[in-house]
Amino acid sequence: MQTTLTDTAGKRRSRNRFRSLEFVMGVVLTGAVVLAVLFSGWLFPDGGEGMDLAARLTPPFQSLAHVLGTDPLGRDVLARMVVGGQISLTAGFVSVIFGALLGTVMGLIAGYYRGFWDMIVMRFADVQLALPFILVAITFISILGGGLFNVIFFMVISQWVQYARLVRGQVLALREREFVQAARAFGVRDLAMIRHHIVPNLLGPLIILMALNVANNILLESSLTFLGLGVDPTIPSWGGMLADGRTYLQTAWWVSVFPGLAIMLTVLGLNLLGDWLRDRLDPTGKV
Amino acid sequence: MIGFLLKRVLQAVFVIVAVTLLVSYAVRLTGDPAIMLSQGAGSVSEQDLQNIRQALGLNRPFPVQYLSYMQGIVTGDFGRSFMGGTSVAHLIGDALPATLLLAFVSLALSLVISVPLGVHAAVHKGKAADQAIRIFSLIGLSFPNFWLALMLVLLLSITFPLLPPSGWDGPVSLIMPALTMAVILSATNVRLVRTTMLETLSAQYVMVARSKGLRERVVLYKHALRNCSIPLITYMGLQFGGLIGGIVVIEKVFNWPGMGTLAFDAIASRDYPVLQGSVTVLALVIIIVNLLVDIAYGIVDPRIRIR
Repeated sequence: MQTTLTDTAGKRRSRNRFRSLEFVMGVVLTGAVVLAVLFSGWLFPDGGEGMDLAARLTPPFQSLAHVLGTDPLGRDVLARMVVGGQISLTAGFVSVIFGALLGTVMGLIAGYYRGFWDMIVMRFADVQLALPFILVAITFISILGGGLFNVIFFMVISQWVQYARLVRGQVLALREREFVQAARAFGVRDLAMIRHHIVPNLLGPLIILMALNVANNILLESSLTFLGLGVDPTIPSWGGMLADGRTYLQTAWWVSVFPGLAIMLTVLGLNLLGDWLRDRLDPTGKV
Repeated sequence: MIGFLLKRVLQAVFVIVAVTLLVSYAVRLTGDPAIMLSQGAGSVSEQDLQNIRQALGLNRPFPVQYLSYMQGIVTGDFGRSFMGGTSVAHLIGDALPATLLLAFVSLALSLVISVPLGVHAAVHKGKAADQAIRIFSLIGLSFPNFWLALMLVLLLSITFPLLPPSGWDGPVSLIMPALTMAVILSATNVRLVRTTMLETLSAQYVMVARSKGLRERVVLYKHALRNCSIPLITYMGLQFGGLIGGIVVIEKVFNWPGMGTLAFDAIASRDYPVLQGSVTVLALVIIIVNLLVDIAYGIVDPRIRIR
């Protein structure tokens, strides 16, 4: 018996150590990307637009001036990558913040008051399930035009339902809990009830969903820009660089390899953080 | 059961109406098709424009146009392309099978990858193999599908010229697009198989099967896996929308002659009837698949009908 106990304890400890290693990796990756992007203006004052015509198509790791090589216009791949991160991070974080705000308010109303609003939210959820974001984008962005604002706007419009559904489910469960009923018996008003008893209890799952969606929306924005439905192809962005790189795939593989790696490492960092948060805040797996 | 069926079908009808309204409305935002159609035709009088509008039925109010569009859909008529006047239904008839073929081959391939890995991870929960599979699945979730597609082209068409980089050149053309989608799908499916398997493995009949002395492989694949196939199929049905969305993007990289390519070509040439038709049909396919999966689940597992 003694051995089995220490055995499982040892296993759990090694698993926890592994998980904390993942957490550290997540923090390092996300932190490095966020810092590089925040200081991109200082690191690369030309905004990745400078053309070194003498050094066109420099392969990577051969020149200190262009560590990751240059594209056929002589633009530095590393500089464009770091500057291009601004678009990805803005799209990821801004869309999630507004989507979560809108969705939380709608979910609170739907879950707390039920009835008409509840029905509206659930029917929106049905529509969202049938119309993946790429189809929404193909329809609306191809007609109304791209740009960072439109991309974020349509992400918010088509994703708030996810948060609304999550919050609604949580509120429905919380309403029946003793501490909420006790508070109601004491005559706590609706708004105070939502603020002090409901919202603090649904922050955990909400934050996990937000972390995972930042990662997801970075992928979506790069897809849209790659397809020509996202941000202006002339300004540096990861999806735009990959769209360029596709045309030079034969002559300059590095133009399409490195921006993809940048996306992967950023999203991996965020996913690691999201997973760690899920372990910590949501052990029963509601998200 | 009848109540459940009725409720699910009504829900699907509501979604179809909402989606078609949305798409029709978006296409109306493009401006006057009569002006677009007559561009490049030299001098066009107001009377000519009126005639075009009359012929296309564009002078009617939006609700009437929407209803006649819906009436057309029911009879398989999606209007005509602005480019050359081909029937949109005909174009879709050519493109939809290519997209569905890619979808089903990717799904099948992803099952071949993710089921053994997921079962293995569940059996060796917490061990090195489980952690390794987890990390691979996390990495698989972290890059865009079109980048994986580009990297495969770079590796298998340019560095080692083994496979055709794009288009349809016989069944070998299917390998790279299907592999791309299968890897992306497997990243989520492995986790799914692992979680459902873990729940099933703790069930008593698994213990009984083991204590009967059955071989471990029989216990896992015959007894346990069969019992978790229902939640797996349901969840994969729910993912169908995402799968179609992914394929639409991938088609662009491989010039795959499917619905995505049809839609992007329509965007490039501002051919709005084709755009409207292809988005509508893709949404319809997704809605119908979700409906069928739900009904199948309702038949197999009566508990779901109450929800």
